[in-house]
Amino acid sequence: MIEIIINGKKIKTEEGKTILEAARENNIDIPALCNHSDLKPGASCRICAVEIKGSKKLLPACATKARPNMEVITDSPKISKTRKINLELLFSQHKEECFDCVWNGECSLLDLVDKYKVKINRFDDRKKNYPVYQFGNAIQFDSSKCIDCRNCIEACHLQGVDFLEIKERGSLFQVVPSETKDCIYCGQCLIHCPAGAFESVGEFEDIEKPLKQKDKIVVFQFAPSIRSTLGEEFGMSYGKLVTGKIVAGLKRLGVDKIFDTCVGADFTTTSEAEEVVERIKSNKNLPILTSCCPSWVKFLEQKYPEFIPNISTTRSPQVILGGLIKTYWAKEQGLDPKKIFVVSVMPCTAKKFEIIRPENNVLGMRPVDCVLTTREFARLLMRHNIDLSKLKPEKMDNMFGDPSGAGVIYGASGGVMESAFRTAYEKITNTKLKNVEFKQVRGMQGVKEAEVRVGSKTRKIAVINGLGLAKKFIEEIKSGKRKDYTCIEAMACPGGCVGGGGQPVPTDAKIREKRALSLYEVDKKKKIRKAHENPIVKKIYKEFLKDKKLAHKILHTSYGRKGRGLIKKI
Amino acid sequence: MAKDIIKELKKYNLLGRSGSGFPTGLKWELVKNCRADKKYIICNGSEGEPKNFKDKFILENYPEIVIEGIKTALGAINNSSAFIYLRKDYYQKFNDNLEKLIKELPIKIIKKQGGYLGGEETVICQALEGRRLEPRIKPPFPTEFGLWGYPTLVNNVETFYCAGKISQGRYEGTRFYTITGDVKNQGVYELPKKYTVKEILKKTDNYPDFDFFVQSGGGAMGEILLEKELNKTIQGIGCIVVFNAEKTDPFALMKEWTKFFLAENCDRCAPCREGIYRIDEMLNNKKMDKQALNDIFFVLKETSLCPLGANAYTPFETLIKKIIK
Repeated sequence: MIEIIINGKKIKTEEGKTILEAARENNIDIPALCNHSDLKPGASCRICAVEIKGSKKLLPACATKARPNMEVITDSPKISKTRKINLELLFSQHKEECFDCVWNGECSLLDLVDKYKVKINRFDDRKKNYPVYQFGNAIQFDSSKCIDCRNCIEACHLQGVDFLEIKERGSLFQVVPSETKDCIYCGQCLIHCPAGAFESVGEFEDIEKPLKQKDKIVVFQFAPSIRSTLGEEFGMSYGKLVTGKIVAGLKRLGVDKIFDTCVGADFTTTSEAEEVVERIKSNKNLPILTSCCPSWVKFLEQKYPEFIPNISTTRSPQVILGGLIKTYWAKEQGLDPKKIFVVSVMPCTAKKFEIIRPENNVLGMRPVDCVLTTREFARLLMRHNIDLSKLKPEKMDNMFGDPSGAGVIYGASGGVMESAFRTAYEKITNTKLKNVEFKQVRGMQGVKEAEVRVGSKTRKIAVINGLGLAKKFIEEIKSGKRKDYTCIEAMACPGGCVGGGGQPVPTDAKIREKRALSLYEVDKKKKIRKAHENPIVKKIYKEFLKDKKLAHKILHTSYGRKGRGLIKKI
Repeated sequence: MAKDIIKELKKYNLLGRSGSGFPTGLKWELVKNCRADKKYIICNGSEGEPKNFKDKFILENYPEIVIEGIKTALGAINNSSAFIYLRKDYYQKFNDNLEKLIKELPIKIIKKQGGYLGGEETVICQALEGRRLEPRIKPPFPTEFGLWGYPTLVNNVETFYCAGKISQGRYEGTRFYTITGDVKNQGVYELPKKYTVKEILKKTDNYPDFDFFVQSGGGAMGEILLEKELNKTIQGIGCIVVFNAEKTDPFALMKEWTKFFLAENCDRCAPCREGIYRIDEMLNNKKMDKQALNDIFFVLKETSLCPLGANAYTPFETLIKKIIK
């Protein structure tokens, strides 16, 4: 520990921390725009500039390490003046569309306007004619809002994708999509952009679509992680569980049926565990790679096609549940499946892409008709004056409303592996698994590895969150540096789906951890904690999926080499 | 060779000749005293300041003294190896001759990348490591965390020339000056470092007989001085540009500067990227907003990351204050 002096007050901090980190730990506010704790400091906005005794210039608090006995002043007339002017310059490149912004209400630019008496229109918007780019059907980048902090580039680089680039056009650098690489739609650019330059496709325009299906039965499902993240949009604490409130909110919207994607996850687990058993038996295509993260799958298809045979062919939870809704449930209810409109609330921008993959169709139909992200769903509720925080929790609809605990933890990194383990263990050994908690694969660490005794053999497994790390891992498998893995779970976003590109902003490591912990709390309280023991799974496997051909159509998909997706300038 | 070269550098109060004027002895000492198993020395021959070519002159006329300076640094700093980082045209011109002089010494000649900023010390490290040509955040300074994270001494060609002279015991306290613009005798001159701008112009027979002003310290970053202000030494690079006051359009001159800065800055920091853009915009619209200009100068000076941004305001501020008024 070292001691530094901020605004005349002695504080203690660890060596290696920046001034900004030290200040925040001690509840001293320093405004900072481009800083994000996931990324290394870019120090480009210069808003966090502070005075340091002995330095002629102001220095950025985000990038300046605290040194013993350093004396720091965080605000002064001089500092305020630079903040005002630099903010005016930043605003001069940022086209304001505050009502249609992912940050609405939480904008860190706007927050500083009053304090520093900023004239946001002091200069003309220099980027007013800059283009909007669209990546697939998932993400839009409005470059007229970009404040050139390059967080998106850093985030994309951390993901190992490097789709977003900085290019000099004329005499000014701009953030532009690559001309050769492709986007994987993870949305980490969006999560890390302080200026709201990124949004999902339809983030503001298309969210009413599900409610406009007048002649259709509208069925909603919502992903595991939504229950511990949606509350944030309504001012509730990070990780607050709102499962029953989501149901209540959906009922207020007049939705016909409400199901839980976690039940879909129970099917995914059961099917994937079967695959694991088969592949171990035949010793083929190991390690098996999880398939429920569409960004990860797309990344493998475009960058490492040689690993396509390793990807589990089991469909993701939303796709399986959508398929079951349009087949099994439709039949049960005597409904024409073409009259059913399935909407998924997902933590993810890439899920929008997943539902248009033709390989995921069921009997010629799309299993899911529309994906809303957590943010979009929150906005839909708000537009209908539904305040989630004030709703009384209600119960889900019967058929697909009661998941096992295993289905719920899918939303956190390690959850898929833990669920699959609970089921696969029992299938391989024909014994009951007593301790279902597989704590080695939990938590926010980027790469988690374990060796587990299953029957007569010890199996090596790995769980990775953050695509950049997954890429490195795959490279190491390719080079032979890593070998003998049986299962690998990979999620493109840090922390898994709780850190997804469709989740509320802000998102950072601490927030992701709180969101994840709540999911494990749900699991802990569940009576049934193994996917294959879920009665609806048992029932449908027995009654409906015994037809192997049909089962294959509903539970499995395929992959292939892919060219670049749509990248257009609007 | 001098016994304790660092002591000698300090004795002569040698200051870096890249424009920053950092004490050379102290810099060498910082690198020397850092604990590391490897250290690097970089001779910076990227000379990007417009209207300035004194390093070229030195490489052309005294390359052996520059090499002597680098050799001295290699001797003073344990486990070190060196690079000479040259502008592309200088590389073409001087590479062969320098190679001959280097012989067995652990010195590698490297071609410069990028434009003006490619000559900033941390950008050179980025370039040599094959990274994006952008200044690094300081601290840490290259003296402790430079090339590939090792302590690195970056000095300008002229600084190594001086170190070479000091090491040979032949240093006479001189400095190189490029003189250009509306003068009779353009060129590079070696003169005592204590000379004022006035003395330099007089000694070289370049003192104008018309109404004039000068830009002193660099063709882009230098400050504007009026005739009555010439009784001072040069701050920045040894470079004087003389302007015929009657024939010079100050707005066209500023436009030349904004064009240069817009092209050469890295666009990373808000004040430099947006501030210079706005100065340029005002020039294009022929509408100078004094308050806005002063505000931009203020944030450039106070909050820029690198020396380019932090000094870019100087020519504009001094020209507007003294010439345009």
